[in-house]
Amino acid sequence: MPILNPRDQAAVRKEFERIAGPVKLVVFSQSLAAPELCQQNEQLVREVAELSDQITVEILNLAIDRERAEAYGIDQVPAIVVEGNRDWGIRFYGVPLGYEFSNLIDSIIVASTGEPVLSEETLASTSRCSRPRPDRTVPGPCAWHSTCRWRRSECARL
Amino acid sequence: MRLAQHMSVASERVRSTVIEANEFPELSRAYQVMGVPKVVINDRVQFEGAVPEPDFLGAVLQAVETP
Repeated sequence: MPILNPRDQAAVRKEFERIAGPVKLVVFSQSLAAPELCQQNEQLVREVAELSDQITVEILNLAIDRERAEAYGIDQVPAIVVEGNRDWGIRFYGVPLGYEFSNLIDSIIVASTGEPVLSEETLASTSRCSRPRPDRTVPGPCAWHSTCRWRRSECARL
Repeated sequence: MRLAQHMSVASERVRSTVIEANEFPELSRAYQVMGVPKVVINDRVQFEGAVPEPDFLGAVLQAVETP
Protein backbone atom coordinates (compact mmCIF):
# COMPACT_ATOMS: atom_id res chain seq x y z
CA MET A 1 0.00 0.00 0.00
CA PRO A 2 1.45 3.40 -0.96
CA ILE A 3 2.46 5.83 1.76
CA LEU A 4 1.70 8.89 -0.37
CA ASN A 5 -1.87 9.30 -1.52
CA PRO A 6 -2.65 10.90 -4.90
CA ARG A 7 -3.16 14.31 -3.30
CA ASP A 8 0.25 14.13 -1.60
CA GLN A 9 1.84 13.07 -4.86
CA ALA A 10 0.30 15.96 -6.74
CA ALA A 11 1.43 18.46 -4.11
CA VAL A 12 4.99 17.10 -4.11
CA ARG A 13 5.12 17.07 -7.91
CA LYS A 14 4.17 20.72 -7.84
CA GLU A 15 6.95 21.47 -5.35
CA PHE A 16 9.42 19.48 -7.42
CA GLU A 17 8.92 21.84 -10.35
CA ARG A 18 11.54 23.93 -8.52
CA ILE A 19 14.18 21.20 -8.67
CA ALA A 20 17.10 22.60 -10.62
CA GLY A 21 19.41 19.61 -10.97
CA PRO A 22 20.04 16.00 -10.03
CA VAL A 23 19.56 14.89 -6.45
CA LYS A 24 20.62 11.58 -4.96
CA LEU A 25 18.94 10.16 -1.88
CA VAL A 26 21.31 7.74 -0.20
CA VAL A 27 19.37 5.51 2.17
CA PHE A 28 20.98 3.48 4.93
CA SER A 29 19.06 0.52 6.25
CA GLN A 30 19.77 -2.50 8.41
CA SER A 31 16.98 -5.02 8.56
CA LEU A 32 18.21 -6.60 11.78
CA ALA A 33 18.32 -3.29 13.62
CA ALA A 34 14.98 -1.73 12.69
CA PRO A 35 13.25 -3.84 10.03
CA GLU A 36 9.87 -2.10 9.88
CA LEU A 37 11.22 1.44 10.03
CA CYS A 38 13.89 0.72 7.43
CA GLN A 39 11.36 -0.84 5.10
CA GLN A 40 8.99 2.09 5.54
CA ASN A 41 11.81 4.55 4.99
CA GLU A 42 12.93 2.85 1.78
CA GLN A 43 9.38 2.79 0.50
CA LEU A 44 8.86 6.47 1.28
CA VAL A 45 12.09 7.48 -0.44
CA ARG A 46 11.26 5.42 -3.51
CA GLU A 47 7.79 6.94 -3.71
CA VAL A 48 9.24 10.45 -3.44
CA ALA A 49 11.87 9.70 -6.07
CA GLU A 50 9.21 8.55 -8.50
CA LEU A 51 7.79 12.06 -8.48
CA SER A 52 10.80 13.60 -10.24
CA ASP A 53 13.12 12.24 -12.90
CA GLN A 54 15.90 14.30 -11.30
CA ILE A 55 15.96 12.13 -8.18
CA THR A 56 17.89 8.89 -7.89
CA VAL A 57 17.99 6.50 -4.95
CA GLU A 58 20.79 4.38 -3.60
CA ILE A 59 20.04 1.88 -0.85
CA LEU A 60 22.95 0.88 1.37
CA ASN A 61 23.29 -1.41 4.34
CA LEU A 62 24.83 0.11 7.46
CA ALA A 63 26.47 -3.18 8.45
CA ILE A 64 27.82 -4.04 5.00
CA ASP A 65 28.59 -0.65 3.47
CA ARG A 66 30.59 0.52 6.44
CA GLU A 67 33.05 2.67 4.53
CA ARG A 68 30.27 4.58 2.82
CA ALA A 69 28.46 4.99 6.14
CA GLU A 70 31.60 6.29 7.78
CA ALA A 71 32.25 8.68 4.91
CA TYR A 72 28.75 10.09 5.34
CA GLY A 73 29.00 10.06 9.14
CA ILE A 74 26.02 7.73 9.42
CA ASP A 75 25.82 5.48 12.47
CA GLN A 76 22.06 4.98 12.89
CA VAL A 77 19.26 3.55 10.76
CA PRO A 78 17.07 4.34 9.04
CA ALA A 79 18.98 7.27 7.59
CA ILE A 80 18.81 9.42 4.47
CA VAL A 81 21.55 11.52 2.92
CA VAL A 82 20.30 14.26 0.59
CA GLU A 83 22.95 15.06 -2.02
CA GLY A 84 22.88 17.56 -4.84
CA ASN A 85 25.89 18.20 -7.03
CA ARG A 86 27.80 17.83 -3.77
CA ASP A 87 27.18 16.56 -0.27
CA TRP A 88 25.65 19.50 1.56
CA GLY A 89 25.70 17.72 4.91
CA ILE A 90 21.95 17.16 5.07
CA ARG A 91 20.90 14.02 6.95
CA PHE A 92 17.69 12.50 8.26
CA TYR A 93 17.52 9.86 10.98
CA GLY A 94 14.19 8.11 11.13
CA VAL A 95 11.32 8.05 8.68
CA PRO A 96 10.58 11.66 7.67
CA LEU A 97 6.82 11.52 7.77
CA GLY A 98 4.43 14.08 9.21
CA TYR A 99 6.09 17.38 9.96
CA GLU A 100 9.46 16.12 8.70
CA PHE A 101 8.09 15.20 5.32
CA SER A 102 7.92 18.82 4.21
CA ASN A 103 11.52 19.23 5.39
CA LEU A 104 12.57 16.28 3.25
CA ILE A 105 10.91 17.80 0.20
CA ASP A 106 12.38 21.23 0.90
CA SER A 107 15.84 19.77 1.47
CA ILE A 108 15.68 17.98 -1.89
CA ILE A 109 14.87 21.25 -3.63
CA VAL A 110 17.58 23.28 -1.91
CA ALA A 111 20.11 20.50 -2.51
CA SER A 112 19.28 20.67 -6.20
CA THR A 113 19.58 24.44 -6.49
CA GLY A 114 22.47 24.99 -4.10
CA GLU A 115 20.78 28.29 -3.34
CA PRO A 116 19.62 28.53 0.27
CA VAL A 117 16.66 30.75 1.02
CA LEU A 118 18.02 32.79 3.89
CA SER A 119 18.24 36.44 4.86
CA GLU A 120 21.21 38.50 3.74
CA GLU A 121 22.48 38.62 7.31
CA THR A 122 22.31 34.86 7.72
CA LEU A 123 23.98 34.26 4.37
CA ALA A 124 26.73 36.70 5.24
CA SER A 125 27.37 35.17 8.64
CA THR A 126 27.34 31.57 7.43
CA SER A 127 29.05 32.04 4.08
CA ARG A 128 31.83 34.52 4.57
CA CYS A 129 34.08 32.28 6.56
CA SER A 130 33.19 29.06 4.83
CA ARG A 131 36.46 28.83 2.94
CA PRO A 132 39.69 27.73 4.55
CA ARG A 133 41.82 30.51 5.85
CA PRO A 134 44.42 31.47 3.25
CA ASP A 135 47.21 32.05 5.72
CA ARG A 136 47.04 30.77 9.26
CA THR A 137 50.05 32.73 10.43
CA VAL A 138 48.81 36.25 9.71
CA PRO A 139 46.75 37.77 12.52
CA GLY A 140 43.89 40.19 11.96
CA PRO A 141 40.45 40.07 10.37
CA CYS A 142 39.38 37.38 7.98
CA ALA A 143 41.20 38.05 4.72
CA TRP A 144 38.36 36.92 2.51
CA HIS A 145 36.01 39.74 3.37
CA SER A 146 37.03 43.01 4.96
CA THR A 147 33.65 43.31 6.65
CA CYS A 148 33.68 39.81 8.10
CA ARG A 149 32.80 39.86 11.77
CA TRP A 150 35.04 36.94 12.58
CA ARG A 151 38.60 37.17 13.69
CA ARG A 152 40.84 34.76 11.85
CA SER A 153 41.17 32.56 14.88
CA GLU A 154 37.39 32.15 15.00
CA CYS A 155 36.84 31.90 11.28
CA ALA A 156 37.93 28.31 10.90
CA ARG A 157 35.56 27.14 13.60
CA LEU A 158 32.29 27.86 11.78
CA MET B 1 14.76 22.35 10.58
CA ARG B 2 14.45 24.14 7.28
CA LEU B 3 16.80 26.87 8.51
CA ALA B 4 19.43 24.34 9.55
CA GLN B 5 19.29 22.61 6.20
CA HIS B 6 19.54 25.83 4.25
CA MET B 7 22.48 26.87 6.41
CA SER B 8 24.11 23.56 5.50
CA VAL B 9 23.91 24.57 1.87
CA ALA B 10 25.12 28.09 2.63
CA SER B 11 28.28 26.95 4.41
CA GLU B 12 30.42 23.86 4.07
CA ARG B 13 31.10 24.16 7.79
CA VAL B 14 27.48 23.62 8.73
CA ARG B 15 25.86 20.18 8.73
CA SER B 16 22.33 19.35 9.77
CA THR B 17 20.85 16.10 10.97
CA VAL B 18 17.11 15.83 11.52
CA ILE B 19 16.31 13.10 14.04
CA GLU B 20 12.87 11.61 14.54
CA ALA B 21 12.71 11.75 18.33
CA ASN B 22 10.25 8.88 18.82
CA GLU B 23 12.31 6.49 16.71
CA PHE B 24 15.57 7.23 18.51
CA PRO B 25 14.73 7.19 22.22
CA GLU B 26 18.37 6.85 23.28
CA LEU B 27 19.33 10.00 21.42
CA SER B 28 16.24 11.73 22.79
CA ARG B 29 17.27 10.80 26.32
CA ALA B 30 20.86 11.85 25.70
CA TYR B 31 19.74 15.26 24.48
CA GLN B 32 16.94 15.49 27.08
CA VAL B 33 14.27 16.03 24.47
CA MET B 34 11.01 16.97 26.20
CA GLY B 35 9.36 18.53 23.18
CA VAL B 36 9.94 18.95 19.47
CA PRO B 37 11.28 20.52 17.47
CA LYS B 38 14.41 20.71 19.57
CA VAL B 39 17.65 22.02 18.12
CA VAL B 40 21.08 21.14 19.51
CA ILE B 41 24.08 22.88 17.99
CA ASN B 42 27.56 21.44 18.50
CA ASP B 43 26.35 19.93 21.78
CA ARG B 44 26.70 23.43 23.21
CA VAL B 45 23.56 25.41 22.48
CA GLN B 46 20.05 24.04 22.48
CA PHE B 47 16.49 25.30 22.37
CA GLU B 48 12.99 23.97 21.88
CA GLY B 49 10.36 25.24 19.49
CA ALA B 50 10.49 27.09 16.23
CA VAL B 51 12.39 30.37 16.38
CA PRO B 52 12.76 33.29 13.95
CA GLU B 53 15.74 33.16 11.61
CA PRO B 54 17.75 35.86 13.43
CA ASP B 55 17.43 33.92 16.69
CA PHE B 56 18.44 30.69 14.98
CA LEU B 57 21.47 32.39 13.49
CA GLY B 58 22.31 33.83 16.89
CA ALA B 59 22.24 30.36 18.40
CA VAL B 60 24.56 29.02 15.69
CA LEU B 61 27.00 31.86 16.22
CA GLN B 62 26.81 31.41 19.97
CA ALA B 63 27.64 27.73 19.57
CA VAL B 64 30.84 28.49 17.69
CA GLU B 65 31.80 31.45 19.84
CA THR B 66 31.56 29.63 23.14
CA PRO B 67 35.06 28.74 24.30
